[in-house]
Amino acid sequence: MVVGLEVHAQIKSNSKLFSSSSTTFGSSPNSQVSLVDAAMPGMLPVINEFCVKQAIKSGIGLRAEINKYSVFDRKNYFYADLPQGYQISQFKYPIVGKGKVSIDLKDGTSKNIRIVRLHLEQDAGKSLHDQNPSKTYVDLNRSGVALMEIVSEPDISSAEEAGLYISKIRSILMYLDTCDGNMQEGSLRADVNVSVRKPNDKLGTRCEIKNLNSIKFIKQAIDYEAKRQIKIIEDGGEINQNTLLFDTQTGKTKPMRSKEEAHDYRYFPDPDLLPLEIDDDEIKNIKNNILELPDERIERYIAEFGLSKYDASVLTIERSVSDYFDEVIKSNKALQGHAKIVSNWISTELFSLLKKDNLDISTSPVSPKDLGELIILLTTNVISGKIAKEVLTEMFSSKKSAKYIVEKEGLKQMTDSSEIETIIEKILSENQKMVNEYKSGKTKLLSYFVGQVMKETKGKANPKLLNEILFKKLN
Amino acid sequence: MPFKSIKDAISNIESKKISIRELNLEFIKKIKDNKNLNIFIYFDEKKIINQIDNLEKDNSNKKLKGIPLAIKDLFCTKDMPTTAGSKILENFNPTYESFVTQKLINDGAIFVGKTNLDEFAMGSATDTSYFGNTINPLSKKDNPLAPGGSSGGSAAAVAADLCLGATGTDTGGSIRQPASFCGVVGIKPTYGLCSRWGIAAFASSLDQAGVFTNNVEDSSILLETIAGFDQRDSTSSNVNIPNYFDNLNDDLSGMTVGIPKEYTIDGMPEEINLIWEESKKVLENKGVKIKNISLPHTKYALPTYYIIAPAEASSNLARYDGVKYGFRANGISSLDEMYEQTRGEGFGKEVKRRILIGTYVLSAGYYDAYYLKAQKVRKLIANDFKEAFKECDFIVTPTAPSAAFPLNEKKQDPIKMYLNDVFTVPASLAGLPGISIPFGKDKNNLPLGIQILGKHFDEQLVFNVALSLERSSE
Repeated sequence: MVVGLEVHAQIKSNSKLFSSSSTTFGSSPNSQVSLVDAAMPGMLPVINEFCVKQAIKSGIGLRAEINKYSVFDRKNYFYADLPQGYQISQFKYPIVGKGKVSIDLKDGTSKNIRIVRLHLEQDAGKSLHDQNPSKTYVDLNRSGVALMEIVSEPDISSAEEAGLYISKIRSILMYLDTCDGNMQEGSLRADVNVSVRKPNDKLGTRCEIKNLNSIKFIKQAIDYEAKRQIKIIEDGGEINQNTLLFDTQTGKTKPMRSKEEAHDYRYFPDPDLLPLEIDDDEIKNIKNNILELPDERIERYIAEFGLSKYDASVLTIERSVSDYFDEVIKSNKALQGHAKIVSNWISTELFSLLKKDNLDISTSPVSPKDLGELIILLTTNVISGKIAKEVLTEMFSSKKSAKYIVEKEGLKQMTDSSEIETIIEKILSENQKMVNEYKSGKTKLLSYFVGQVMKETKGKANPKLLNEILFKKLN
Repeated sequence: MPFKSIKDAISNIESKKISIRELNLEFIKKIKDNKNLNIFIYFDEKKIINQIDNLEKDNSNKKLKGIPLAIKDLFCTKDMPTTAGSKILENFNPTYESFVTQKLINDGAIFVGKTNLDEFAMGSATDTSYFGNTINPLSKKDNPLAPGGSSGGSAAAVAADLCLGATGTDTGGSIRQPASFCGVVGIKPTYGLCSRWGIAAFASSLDQAGVFTNNVEDSSILLETIAGFDQRDSTSSNVNIPNYFDNLNDDLSGMTVGIPKEYTIDGMPEEINLIWEESKKVLENKGVKIKNISLPHTKYALPTYYIIAPAEASSNLARYDGVKYGFRANGISSLDEMYEQTRGEGFGKEVKRRILIGTYVLSAGYYDAYYLKAQKVRKLIANDFKEAFKECDFIVTPTAPSAAFPLNEKKQDPIKMYLNDVFTVPASLAGLPGISIPFGKDKNNLPLGIQILGKHFDEQLVFNVALSLERSSE
């Protein structure tokens, strides 16, 4: 299977690529439309410098060449939600050239996916067909919003890799703050090119699946499409070059248009805009302001905390999660040696609580510092793992610190062996009959005694001490 | 008519010899008396009175306070509809004011109306307008003549004394050629001197605003107002605009004029060569050195222009689709049908012809042979001028290969019509400033124009030469 992706990432910017209209998602229809966006007579596009900077920044993040000279072209076609009758894009001279993105596979190896180019273009508006049975409405709020189209080489060879690739792109752009990565709102979507061939054969005919907006659908669509093509070839047929749509209900791809109906977009340089010229200083400036990228962070986690490459890459994929992790570690030096535990507590316990309340880690009621404090209590044996989970739940709802809760509820672990011994003796004397049964060979009753002691101590007895003393007493 | 010049009108208003109201009422009367010339697409007396009322309440000093001007109906105006001479914008009322007209309003000018033009400025006789053709005011009764185009309405408005000045746009000669046909002064400045913001686009890389006036002094006054940088137009130049009028100087001694040998065509009336010779003589007497120059790629200018301009137009006019504003055809049942019917009925024949040419030259498989090649030739033509200006300070040529021709004479033959632009198109492709001034007559006593071309942003010298030639012919 040979797969290449064209990712469309909406640039994080307050205003559109060629007009000053707002880009806020979900506003009432046609409330964010300037004269330029509506293509009124005599209106002219003016490039938004911030979007150019964002594209350069993204290019640097994709380890790509930045082209100091690039040109805006018009892509001409008619559609109701394309007010100008053309989309301003970059065809021959894109702003960003060849680059590469590394993906980390489950088996611990990494693979480079080559980037062909990144170019700037305008988004179209939206046609609303479901508002009225006999009419189509057009919402131009999205018309003119800045997109980066990131085109990969066909270096991807499975749905899994495609998923990792788009996660990585998303991760890089979110680290750079050049795209909000929100796939549900369409801020990041992809067209996927799929073809199949026998090993070492030349490339097969490809089909393009348009406009996929979730990683799950991308993987499903690729798997379905590859199977479909293989079946056609095995049945002796040929693949026709088609543009397809993926039906998320049925999980199948279906043709949108064939090559014969393909548009002639009549690209030509937009005479309303001058070529984009960028100097070295500007590129250097942007480069210097880029903080840590995902790959660098993965390296740091491996080197400083001894995490495995796969664990480090899972942890870093979402910048907000990784930032949270860093904050926890930073809150107490002692935690540096427990990075794996911190990582587990974030990805299991904290996440399950966040998910239950439908919260994002950036709005977590438990601050990184507070989680750090809890983990310190755990790793210094002040509380047990079981108690720690209960404390976290309490922290989550009451927003009190771990120390406060442990103190107030008296949850500190019982580590005084004579104290534990007294309780054990009490339990054993109350259950003399069972002690006898144990002694006559029913050793399974050991756990019953443990349970009784824990009940008596409200779970605070140090399990290791408890086991040791109990065993001694019974034998 | 009390005055034929803006300069005189300004000083008489200032010295209170005439009021703004008196001045404008005379022009209103004249406009009403000349309705048969079909110069205006939009004229509403009440709108003019409103403007007079407002100016009378305004105590500030404004350079053009009360000066009646006509506006080519390609400039979007807030208080008057804008049609571009097309059915597709028949009832279009912009909510915005173009950069150029806003500057004129800021300086206190009064807009008497919107003038007729070739549809979307595509034509050389003001005969492709949806609102009918304009008649050249210099026509004899039994022989109506074309005013030239595409800014024929504006040129005719000045020639018929229906205003003291008018705006125009020039893509391949649309100011200079009608100025020549109507016997008035018309300047197309350097590409980028005036913002295109708010002017319905024909060919973006060529379109440039300019003005018509009765004389060179007035031309310099008006151009100064409409020139200037505008950040809303990415092709607008941020250059210093000199005070053209104050700097007018007809002393040209020590200068060199370039006379390009390529500016002549077969069948050109002899009088055109005679006035060209005459202009050389005048300049020579003023101490100007005559230099014969060659602009070797001139013969490719017309075909180059008729590839680039329609290519850009085919894309620029895609926005007129019936979806958002303007005309939408009735009885349609699908999106494709809406496009076909709306554009089929909304555009005239010439506009459709150019959209087809433009679409063709940009098509896959033809792009390299036409559009790309034309862009290369355009560079060669610009380079011709660059080389020539190493040897001379300015260039003098005839404006058009003929005087005004009878209405409809060339309407059936687009190639003949396109030939009208043969002397004006090269400077457009090179983005250079050019002015046409009336300079002599043909054997039928119709005015002929001389064109003066300058270096980029050298409008001042273009005005100075024009003033010098104008004074000699008085």
